[in-house]
Amino acid sequence: MKDEIIYLDNAASSKLDEEVFEEMKPYMLDNFAVATSDFAYSMGVEAKEALNDAREKIASELGAAPEEFIFTSCATESSNLALKGVTEKLSEEGDHIIVSDLEDFPVLNTAKALEKKGFDVTYLDVDEEGFVDTDQLKESINEDTILVSIQHGNQEIGTLQDIEKIAEICSERDVIYHTDATYTFGRVPIDVNNIPVDLITVAAHTIHGPRGIGGLYIREGTPLKKQMDGGFQENNLRAGVENIPGAVGFAKAVELIDEEENERIKKLRDKLIEGMREEIPEIMLNGPEERRIPQNANITFHYVEGESITLHLDMRGIAVSTGSACFSKSLEASHVIMGIGGDHERAHGSVRFTFGRFNDEDQVEEVIEATSDIIEKLRDISPLGKEKEE
Amino acid sequence: MENAPYTEKVIEYFQNPKNVGEIEDPDGYAKEGSPACGDMVSLFIKVDEGTHEITDIKFKSYGCASNIATGSIITEMAKGKTIEEAKEITWQKAAEELGGLPDMKTHCSVLAVDALREAIRNYEERQGIGEEKRETTLEVVRKRLRHVMNPMTGLDVIKTNLIGDIQVEDGNITVEVDLEEDHQFANAIKEDIEEKLEPRWDVEEVDVIFVGE
Repeated sequence: MKDEIIYLDNAASSKLDEEVFEEMKPYMLDNFAVATSDFAYSMGVEAKEALNDAREKIASELGAAPEEFIFTSCATESSNLALKGVTEKLSEEGDHIIVSDLEDFPVLNTAKALEKKGFDVTYLDVDEEGFVDTDQLKESINEDTILVSIQHGNQEIGTLQDIEKIAEICSERDVIYHTDATYTFGRVPIDVNNIPVDLITVAAHTIHGPRGIGGLYIREGTPLKKQMDGGFQENNLRAGVENIPGAVGFAKAVELIDEEENERIKKLRDKLIEGMREEIPEIMLNGPEERRIPQNANITFHYVEGESITLHLDMRGIAVSTGSACFSKSLEASHVIMGIGGDHERAHGSVRFTFGRFNDEDQVEEVIEATSDIIEKLRDISPLGKEKEE
Repeated sequence: MENAPYTEKVIEYFQNPKNVGEIEDPDGYAKEGSPACGDMVSLFIKVDEGTHEITDIKFKSYGCASNIATGSIITEMAKGKTIEEAKEITWQKAAEELGGLPDMKTHCSVLAVDALREAIRNYEERQGIGEEKRETTLEVVRKRLRHVMNPMTGLDVIKTNLIGDIQVEDGNITVEVDLEEDHQFANAIKEDIEEKLEPRWDVEEVDVIFVGE
């Protein structure tokens, strides 16, 4: 294996920025106190201030008040709290919720769990680029609908939903709207003053922050039932000793991202797609050309299998992931690629490249060259392709 | 790569696969699996008609590392063997030769071994020898259709109840498929059925009819 890894799986998780780590360190080694009330010892008061400063920074990134943001352990917990918390609180008012077909597992599997408990769940179709049909959303909302959860940016194919329109539809009909912004927070701005979204799931580890910390934006007045019994932390919505180093790191991670970086990442991504198209015949981009999150490219290489591609890339020190069934722990093909009308073949040869702060142009060139070489090699041994020419 | 799920030998064969390619005018040929449901392997053999020895063997793979490595190892194992000896090659033996394969990759490896067996069967069919000397009965047709994949499920067309009525008369076979004629997989299934039945020594014509609504 090569010494320097070209890491293009930043959507899975990303490298912790050293500046973030430095910011966190004092809250592990020096100030290890819990966030106390103002009347306790000074270390605890300082810890509380650090926590609230972090909260304020992150909330302001969304245009929200600090009281509207709580820390959780991760995006999965945030989405569980949002979906279960709202449905439990509003179960007297209705039993219908709506999600999209392409949700990531935290929302998708929470919706399935609620379905087992007796809730009626509508799974909205998406078009071939992964967009939900807002007319179908309008038609699906009925008097029993209490919650809609549709993601902001897709984890695999990068589709960026029109959450402003979705939020307005929900708001007009008085239905709570949650969005999973795990893959967009920091990368694509959301302003809760312009978009009437009620709940937003965010995470730190996808933007070079630490793992083990996530958050949930909760618009003031949104009905939410606490899911974990314990202390009164986080506005009495999330019990447990606060992860102050995590929160401080999360805030630093948010602070370090700027528009310039997102523009740079988008350019790298575009360079990759363009280069692949020039160098490798018979490929297709999964997801939209335009309205997609800046860090994501997802390409199907016809006639070859994704695990073989990723294994070859790994041997050359390049880390990516694939929607092929062969690659996954469950041996199931990507529900996202199948959801946009793709068949097994399309999922089978799909590779996801996701960019972050530490990627550069040289890496992109190396990846294009390596991929082109590997695809040629694999197509040589593939029984497919040639017969189609004949 | 010490933590990789694959043994060094699997990786070696994955990086440098053996006996890859096609044979023109093969004496036996098989295609197992289907692109629509996952891995696919095609395999070609040349056989000495006197000794029934496999003189040349080639394969192609649309699959994962486990599939490519198994294809390499079984073609190496089969080369120079008689078809009777080659029939004894199991995926367990192939896996053993490779120093083991991950449990969940069994399917990919079995597919390659199936391709070898089917290529041998195809040879026997063409020659009218061995078990394949048997007359093509309804039962034989059903058995052969178990090797035709239903791309929508990844299971065979018999198991997934896609096959309706089957008629076998004087070498003319009619197979009803419970799909609409313009279904996206109709043509792929039709071709696969024809490929599995037409090479039989006593089969004149195969007619696939779509009866789905």
